[in-house]
Amino acid sequence: MTGRDDFRPSRRGVLSFALAGAVTAGLGVRAAQASRIATKARIIIIGAGAGGTALANRLVQRLDGAQITLIDPRAQHLYQPGLSLVAAGLKPANYVVSKTTDWLPSGVTLIAEAAAAIDPLAKTVSTEKGQKLDYDFLVVAPGLVLDHGAIQGFSLDMVGKDGIGALYAGPEYAARTWQAASKFTEEGGIGLFARPETEMKCAGAPLKHTFLLDDIASRGGAKGKYEMHYTCPQTALFSVPIVAEKVRMLFAERGVATYYGHTLKSIDPGRKTARFETAAPDPATGEMVKSTTEMPYDYLHVIPPQRAPEVIRQSGLSWADKWTDQGWVECDMKTLRHLRYPEIFALGDVAGVPKGKTAASVKWQVPVIEDHLVAALQGREGTEIYDGYTSCPLITRVGRAMLVEFDYHNNLVPSFPGVIAPLEELWISWLMKEVALKATYNAMLRGRA
Amino acid sequence: MKELTFGTLIAVFEEIFGRGLFWTMVALALLVTAAYLYVLIRDRAMSMRKFLWAQLSMPFGAILAVIFVQQMTHSGLRDIGGPIDVIVLLGVAVLGAVGSAILVYTVQSLLRPPRSGQNP
Repeated sequence: MTGRDDFRPSRRGVLSFALAGAVTAGLGVRAAQASRIATKARIIIIGAGAGGTALANRLVQRLDGAQITLIDPRAQHLYQPGLSLVAAGLKPANYVVSKTTDWLPSGVTLIAEAAAAIDPLAKTVSTEKGQKLDYDFLVVAPGLVLDHGAIQGFSLDMVGKDGIGALYAGPEYAARTWQAASKFTEEGGIGLFARPETEMKCAGAPLKHTFLLDDIASRGGAKGKYEMHYTCPQTALFSVPIVAEKVRMLFAERGVATYYGHTLKSIDPGRKTARFETAAPDPATGEMVKSTTEMPYDYLHVIPPQRAPEVIRQSGLSWADKWTDQGWVECDMKTLRHLRYPEIFALGDVAGVPKGKTAASVKWQVPVIEDHLVAALQGREGTEIYDGYTSCPLITRVGRAMLVEFDYHNNLVPSFPGVIAPLEELWISWLMKEVALKATYNAMLRGRA
Repeated sequence: MKELTFGTLIAVFEEIFGRGLFWTMVALALLVTAAYLYVLIRDRAMSMRKFLWAQLSMPFGAILAVIFVQQMTHSGLRDIGGPIDVIVLLGVAVLGAVGSAILVYTVQSLLRPPRSGQNP
């Protein structure tokens, strides 16, 4: 053979590639440090969840000397996008659990108490144990509360028993949901799936749970012995019309019966029936006619109404004319800045904007708030805009998902146009959900993605 | 995804495997590659006999890589839904094949270096 010793170029190539990598990495670090801004500003972030933590990490990188305080009583940090996988037996409960303090940078203060009151005029936050803190800027990112009490006859201790699931309630409840759900996928019967009439976090999750259980049941002991019934208070399966249509077709294909205008109001676990308030247009007059109906179940998945935490609703930060039963923070939908108190920003689930109660939205909201907050410290206006980006790897069965991404205008905004089709059920989209999503999420928490 | 930079990609891989395991794997891959380059430069030739064994290992490497990925992700061949999925699957297989070929060749060369003057 000839040309056997022609390997020097690759050796040189490897070296120069490594060098280029090192130089690029070095430049990145220098650029970030060069733009640090000296400030004595007192910044309070209520909530150390996905939003609060990611923002704290980014602010620490941008600001020099700022007093950053996070207020959150929760010792556990939850990777909430993983709850759907836990509730389908694909991941253990501890897959979603880490410690709040694991993700916080040095140089910030964590007060492990709940915020009890916000005074936006005096610019103070009081904690439940009576600490009173002054702020120059306040970011409210406390998440939302699940109003389980709104479903009569339901309580969290029922989850996992007698065919009742509620995966939103946390990792333990998601694992118990799988106990009840796995019985259904083995024995069959009637599966009944609900969602609330309020705004909710990850509106795709009730659909994912339905798709996953249908898939697992169709391959398990329940094959041929089960029915799927999906109910929703709305008139469509998803807020984005083109996605709603696709899901409607998939439900039809899988034999999932759909009931629009059905709001879960109460359950009777003894008789295994659920009572719904229904709303349907009168065929003659077109007026909405309200009624109630009962539906039987062998497995019922409950998602309760969702609202802003009490401290937000009591502090006068909520919209006065929108979502009055839910209390989301009144803010500009593009800058997330409070409309009446410019030194307050709303981040994540609590923000009163039409879309965006997902971790993916948080990822896009954090740089916007960072930009406007840092700009305000420098006495100028920020330029970054949040356009409602929300992403939902909509699982359609174990092993496949649709990577649905959209904005305020109900437009699809695919990250990989022409490569990953948003409305196709793909293995690669599933891989993203199962493997890459948590990694991206964790990188986001550290302020690196 | 907002932006996919080299740094983000590294961060994502660090999170998938954990920082320690990821950089250990990178170090191992670099080590095997370096050893491969070393034996090529040392021998100043490719041994066709060793390369034949390396080639024979490729299908096994490809299949093992695909099975590994499917096991790790609760999925199977039935989940292939579109062209991009086929590309990803082939990519995984190619990585497994090339990786196993390089590994097998290098291990052989390190264990049995050619005697001087021998026709490789």
